[in-house]
Amino acid sequence: MEQFLAIFATIVTASTPLLIAALGELVVERSGVLNLGVEGMMVMGAVAGFGVAFATGNPYLGVVASIIAGMLMSLLFGLLTLTLLSNQVATGLAITLLGLGLSALIGESLVGQPIARIPNFHGIDILIVASFALAGLTSWVLFKTRLGLVIRAVGDNHHSAHAMGFKVIAVRYLCVAFGGACAGLAGGYLSLAYTPQWVENMTAGRGWIALALVVFATWLPGRVIIGAYLFGAISILAYTVQTFAWGIPSQWLSSLPYLVTVAALVVISGNRQLMRANTPTCLGQSFVPDR
Amino acid sequence: MRLILEKRAERSWKMALASPLIAIALTLIFGGIVFALRGVEPLHGLYVFFIEPLTDEWAREKLIVKATPLVLIGAGLALCYTANIWNIGAEGQFVIGALAAGAVPVLFSGWQTPDVMLVMLILGAIGGALWALIPAALRVRYKANEILTSLMLVYVARLLFDWLVRGVMRDPLGMNFPKTVRFVGWQRLPTWGDIHLGALIALIAALGLAFMMARMLKGFELRTLGAAPRAGRFAGFSADKAVYFCFAVSGALAGLAGACDVMGVSKQLQTPYEPNYGFVAIIVAFLGRLNPVGVILAALLLALTFIGGEAAQVSLGIPDKIAKVFQGILLFFILACDTLILYRIRFESKK
Repeated sequence: MEQFLAIFATIVTASTPLLIAALGELVVERSGVLNLGVEGMMVMGAVAGFGVAFATGNPYLGVVASIIAGMLMSLLFGLLTLTLLSNQVATGLAITLLGLGLSALIGESLVGQPIARIPNFHGIDILIVASFALAGLTSWVLFKTRLGLVIRAVGDNHHSAHAMGFKVIAVRYLCVAFGGACAGLAGGYLSLAYTPQWVENMTAGRGWIALALVVFATWLPGRVIIGAYLFGAISILAYTVQTFAWGIPSQWLSSLPYLVTVAALVVISGNRQLMRANTPTCLGQSFVPDR
Repeated sequence: MRLILEKRAERSWKMALASPLIAIALTLIFGGIVFALRGVEPLHGLYVFFIEPLTDEWAREKLIVKATPLVLIGAGLALCYTANIWNIGAEGQFVIGALAAGAVPVLFSGWQTPDVMLVMLILGAIGGALWALIPAALRVRYKANEILTSLMLVYVARLLFDWLVRGVMRDPLGMNFPKTVRFVGWQRLPTWGDIHLGALIALIAALGLAFMMARMLKGFELRTLGAAPRAGRFAGFSADKAVYFCFAVSGALAGLAGACDVMGVSKQLQTPYEPNYGFVAIIVAFLGRLNPVGVILAALLLALTFIGGEAAQVSLGIPDKIAKVFQGILLFFILACDTLILYRIRFESKK
């Protein structure tokens, strides 16, 4: 029993960063913007959070720093794609490459340093609770408030939204910044709670998995929770099975989350009805007002 | 004051050429600031990073060696991105190519005649192409996003490589080091100094692709499908076939690059093997204007950042991670400057 509770707690902590990052990206994509820089914003959040926690001794200040770092990276993305109308796919990749490089340089002196992790009660910490609140909040804002209606309108048809007098670019900046804050927080969770240390590339593709989760959830916050916990469970079970030494090569088990991501994308994307109902129509398109 | 983007009547080809130069200049300024923050005199730092490696014969050869895989991969990616097809998993295709080529010396260590070189290169290309065709097939058949699937397969490829090189492919007499046997005879590429035959292959491949894109129907087809998919369909071009074609070609080139790298540089497989050429080649493709000839120049510059990073670590005591920062910020500035190709920037005072 004790052991099962422990495994359950690790599944929850492994799922939380995926959940937070995917919720942020979901809002971004609902507004019609595809930010592929989640991995880069996340890893910057991880290094900034860890660095501040190490310097101040306070992990909560680290959390704040990780949110700010993620948001700054996302605003850089916004500047290029929303103001300078650059290609969103290429710019997202640039954010990821830049984030991975910059975090490695900044974190060079932090490798192997200890910090005080975020306190938890039987493995459950405040950010886990917050992640569920965040899921409820995004769902409520997107589907029950006027702001959510505007965000979805901008994402589904930016020309109509513009004609109705909504500020398309401003709404998108807001959503991109929110997505950056979430990605940063998710990264901070990794370095402050999940494994309280800094390692180069410590996000290990989780930002990309979060992106896949948004598709998997067909842009619905409730389903992001299911998806994030499914992936968290798979990655933890892969590690747990490893300890039983049933002769399954560790590399096979480690590649499981990535293979499952591919499989999940195939299953969901092949379902035409589900995709057509929820995919933001303007996803990935730059908005140029005609006047 | 308000910044306004005004659409140009047509693409400015002057800006298309000037944009990468402006981006490089901005990167140098940014680099100077980074050096200053690290307590290094900026001009001295930039000299050590970008100029000094070029003054040394040995480093010049190394530059070509590093540029070789970047040209091969970058030219293939340029093809994909022109057609608006997003293969970002070249790193995985590169690793599989190395694995496929390396399987030959592991299985037939005695086969050292010239034909083995050809077989290894071809196997590398086939391995990379097959690995790349997975995301292509998933996109065509199930509409699965090729960006995410091709990237996920990078991690899978690395783990597969690690498993095989630690396991069945390990050199039994290698004191348990995670390495294969050393390649011998024609299992290696002929070299001139450090430069290996791969450099010539890369040059031919890039020029061949440039000819195809500029002069052949296939090139026109890919450019049309990228710029105006509807027009392409009316012209009778198949978008699905283009996806298969682009992934197969770019995967084969990435696999070939992997084969050349292990046959010409390390001369054996060893894990971990994460040279990052596949990701840096994305920057090469954009800096090279998605043009295979431009890719050659861009690859030389990006190769310089690898070597400059090592130089900065040795003579300035700055971590070589700084190379990655320069690479990332360079792509960033290119994308920002490319706005000027289609738009004119005007400042308007608020009424």
